[in-house]
Amino acid sequence: MIKELISVNCPMGCRLHVEMEGKQILSITGNSCPRGKAYAEQECIRPERILTTTVRIQNGTHRVLPVITDKAIPLDQIMEAMEEARKISLEAPVKEGDVIVSNILGTDANLIASRSMDKIS
Amino acid sequence: MKHVDAVIIGGGSAGLSAAVTLKKEGIEDVLVLEKDGEPGGILEQCIHNGFGLQTFKEQLSGPAYAERYINMAKELNVKILCNAMVTHLNPDKTLEYVHPEEGVVKLQADVIILAVGCYERPRGAINIMGTRPAGIYTAGQAQRYLNIDGYLVGKKVFILGSGDIGLIMARRMPLEGAKVYGVAEIMPYSNGLPRNIKQCLEDFDIPLFLSHTVTKAYGKDRLEKIQVMKVDDHRNPIPGSEMYFDVDTLLLSVGLIPENHLGDEAGILMDPVTKGPVVDDSYMTNIDGIFACGNGLHVHDLVDFVSLQAERAAKGAAGYLKDHKDRGIKLSVSNGNLVSYCVPSSVHPEDPRDHVEIFFRVRKPMDKATLYIKDGDTVLKTFKKQKLMPSEMERAMLTKQMISNLKEGVVIEIQEDEA
Repeated sequence: MIKELISVNCPMGCRLHVEMEGKQILSITGNSCPRGKAYAEQECIRPERILTTTVRIQNGTHRVLPVITDKAIPLDQIMEAMEEARKISLEAPVKEGDVIVSNILGTDANLIASRSMDKIS
Repeated sequence: MKHVDAVIIGGGSAGLSAAVTLKKEGIEDVLVLEKDGEPGGILEQCIHNGFGLQTFKEQLSGPAYAERYINMAKELNVKILCNAMVTHLNPDKTLEYVHPEEGVVKLQADVIILAVGCYERPRGAINIMGTRPAGIYTAGQAQRYLNIDGYLVGKKVFILGSGDIGLIMARRMPLEGAKVYGVAEIMPYSNGLPRNIKQCLEDFDIPLFLSHTVTKAYGKDRLEKIQVMKVDDHRNPIPGSEMYFDVDTLLLSVGLIPENHLGDEAGILMDPVTKGPVVDDSYMTNIDGIFACGNGLHVHDLVDFVSLQAERAAKGAAGYLKDHKDRGIKLSVSNGNLVSYCVPSSVHPEDPRDHVEIFFRVRKPMDKATLYIKDGDTVLKTFKKQKLMPSEMERAMLTKQMISNLKEGVVIEIQEDEA
């Protein structure tokens, strides 16, 4: 069986062809980088995605701070991760890359600030 | 009147990249005028990832990508004036801006780079019949409210247009607790990146209705219901295909248009297809010393290309400041078969400074095709292409030698290959 996938790694959106026999992957073609291959392998086992959202922040220049997971987390845990993110309330200032939640839901991924935000003057 | 060597209008991805490049090229007196309260432009609300793969070889969120450029600009002492809205631009390179502390300021510049970005086509441009209740937003507007201001615009959502902003919002809304009933696209194919169809629609089981459009809005104070219809080959609604969705919110992602009221005022020639200025190989418009880049020049699908093109526009502007001379004859770069536009649209064969990369879009989706770079009717080079889409910008390289040998003018052409 040949499974067709679209790599979500980057905007190139490579069309991947995964040749499968049952749960065994025989070959992967169509990828232009190693990330595409890794994506195809993972996608056939348990799909993973990077999560980006916002969390509440007090005394910042904006009401919310954008955050991102530093690696992909299982797609089936995305909604649960959003619940975690909703509980957070931070205090400005924050630096880009600051860890907001470490090892979120035990996924080994950290939720980090995706921008710096100053304290409102 | 205050004088500045180089003024950049707009402090978003294009403006910041242009400013950093000007400084690196040795231009000291650079001023960026930004109308928002902070630099970064639209990147600040694009909190999703996927930015920077070409520029930084890594995947960044929009704000993180902007922050890299903001930091570079800071290190190079670029002066960025926020809350400064340019109200007038003249062909003699004078301009006027308003600022809460400085008031109304008139400025004379030696070069001006337009990095003004684009705006979203609003409801009024697409003729949806019915009432005019609250709850109809452009996708980018809803994105700003949600990702910067922290407000969700509605709970039951339908999206018109499958451009990338529409798709990104289709994913963002359910994450925040809203339900998205579907995305309608008037064309028989999506205009979004394939990866966004996958990770924004399929991951969240959001249906995509191709060859469909929203035909009517219902509701007195707030949107209550919409009518969606299938369209024929001429994009006319087919009677009997009516569907109804009880939604309180309709997001429109129906196209971006370069923002060029300042350019119009200055008498800059616009391309009727891109709706942005016509520029030469140094990204100079028809007005001497006024350059253009970014989404204000033509709408891009990748920010990396915005940064790259802005860099080239800034190099053009720096070249103009250092050595302003007549570059001799100008030959056109025009779009041939199945190509909708080319940027830049002219080259200087007597003064080819470098190779020139032509950005273009195709008119329809094609599986396999051949790209022809021609000089008039003479074929200079051919390339095999796969999976061409109108929504994905394509590039063709003109070498310095190719340009200096030009006789008639470049034509960029596509021939579809048999499957």
